Amino acid sequence: MDIIYTIWLRSMKRFIRSKSRIIGSIAMPLFFLLFLGFGLNSVVSLPGLGGNYIVFLIPGMVAMSVLFTSVFSGIQIIWDKQFGFLKETLVAPVSRLEIMLGQTAGGATTAVVQGLMILILSILIGLSIQSIPGFLIAIGFMVLIGIGFTAFGIAIASSMEDMNGFQLIMNFVIFPIFGLSGALFPISSLPGWKESGTGSPESRRSIRLSALRSSGVSRLR
Amino acid sequence: MTIAIHVENLTRRFGDLVAVDHISFEIGQGEIFGLLGPNGAGKTTTLSMLATMLKPSEGNATVNGIDVEKDEDGVRRLIGIVFQYQSLDEELTAWENMDFHGRLYRLPTDVRNQRIGELLALVELADRKDDIVKTFSGGMRRRLEIARGLLHHPAVQFLDEPTLGLDPQTRNHLWQYIATLSKEKGITIILTTHYMEEADRLCNRVAIIDHGKIIALDTPSNLKDGIGGDVVTIKSTDTAAIVETLKEPWINRVDTHEGEVVISLRNAEQHLSTIVTLLVARQIPISSISIHKPTLEDVFLSFTGKSIREQEAGTADILRQQMKMMRRH
Repeated sequence: MDIIYTIWLRSMKRFIRSKSRIIGSIAMPLFFLLFLGFGLNSVVSLPGLGGNYIVFLIPGMVAMSVLFTSVFSGIQIIWDKQFGFLKETLVAPVSRLEIMLGQTAGGATTAVVQGLMILILSILIGLSIQSIPGFLIAIGFMVLIGIGFTAFGIAIASSMEDMNGFQLIMNFVIFPIFGLSGALFPISSLPGWKESGTGSPESRRSIRLSALRSSGVSRLR
Repeated sequence: MTIAIHVENLTRRFGDLVAVDHISFEIGQGEIFGLLGPNGAGKTTTLSMLATMLKPSEGNATVNGIDVEKDEDGVRRLIGIVFQYQSLDEELTAWENMDFHGRLYRLPTDVRNQRIGELLALVELADRKDDIVKTFSGGMRRRLEIARGLLHHPAVQFLDEPTLGLDPQTRNHLWQYIATLSKEKGITIILTTHYMEEADRLCNRVAIIDHGKIIALDTPSNLKDGIGGDVVTIKSTDTAAIVETLKEPWINRVDTHEGEVVISLRNAEQHLSTIVTLLVARQIPISSISIHKPTLEDVFLSFTGKSIREQEAGTADILRQQMKMMRRH
């Protein structure tokens, strides 16, 4: 447990110090939210969801922020490999599992913190919190997305040397997940063959996102 | 003497390249043992295998009786290592880097804080302890790294080129600290170096390693005695004639090397005038003559026919190739 805490602590210190990274990773979902939200608000009317597209978009953008940050936090492993720091942890008498869990905890925490920042910023553009339990459940799902995808990113990163390659591969994996997740439009508007693709990562994620949506965030308006 | 490290026929291949070629040696507890050789000779590869960073292709090695292949965690608990290349977190401060290390090795908080303070003072970084490593110069990073490696007082400490790129003053401090550490705590120290002076001053025994093989292993003074007394170096345009002329019985050895003749003999001071007389009589031009006590550099030269620096130029390519492959493992 000490070791996991030690590695987590390091991630937190690095996170707090890299102001540009924090701002950069909040900027993208925020821009999506503002441009797509305000731009499409009057054009798009979603079947069965009432008129307000922005409020539909908020949980999707929160989830997107958590998803992207957590998956790409795996890149830390590649940085550590290139800068030699990984050797320092690998020769220490700690198990590989502890290292992995520490990294995952660190990545997931940063991801969830960034998701929360988006959530807080969304209050400024029209989100109002309606039920506290719903809000807590939403955070619970953010934690799940964070842990799951950080671990996934680390798994891919540990077998790679090349940062650019990692980014390309992760984009390849993550955009279908994001695009089909129902973050931008309801899944029910997809053609039937896509929707029925059960067991694929896309559908598993869309289930999570629907859970996030129905459990709280969209009801928070 | 209790054996701390036992190495038998240890071999590592990278593709066709044999980086370490069936080496065997034993190191006693509390000994300071040096692996001396040019870059690319296989020193770091040997160290990496002993420190469980790299799997041997053949042969075996034990650290305090624990096999490096069969019980990696057991070995890791016993050892500390200072790497040749930087392994600090640049975004953390000096203190935080040390603290991270201390926590990884499960040092209790009070011991950790006390030792970090001590060690940072030793490497003269106490006043920079809260600065981020990114702002440090190369020498400061090196000092921090060594301080970190010594933090958990391991039973066996590996130092890979510990003083590379340091100024003479810091180097002296570190040598003293390493010597004290080994004497007071009985820590076994293995260091690789291509500084002759470092090996000479610090090590109880030195293995000279070249092209993956150990070519000589003994105490520094025995190694230097082994080449037969003092060294006289004559620079001349006609080295062949000098070799021809000097066939006196008191000369132990004559080698030519880059326009110089290197002669080993006892009591060089007494024989110098004879040498000069002989050469002048045959009208052989002499540009310069020097006498010096043998160094490990001369030992290396006598075993390989090359100086360490020349050897390094040739192995630079092999080294690069080796680094590339190491990173992949």
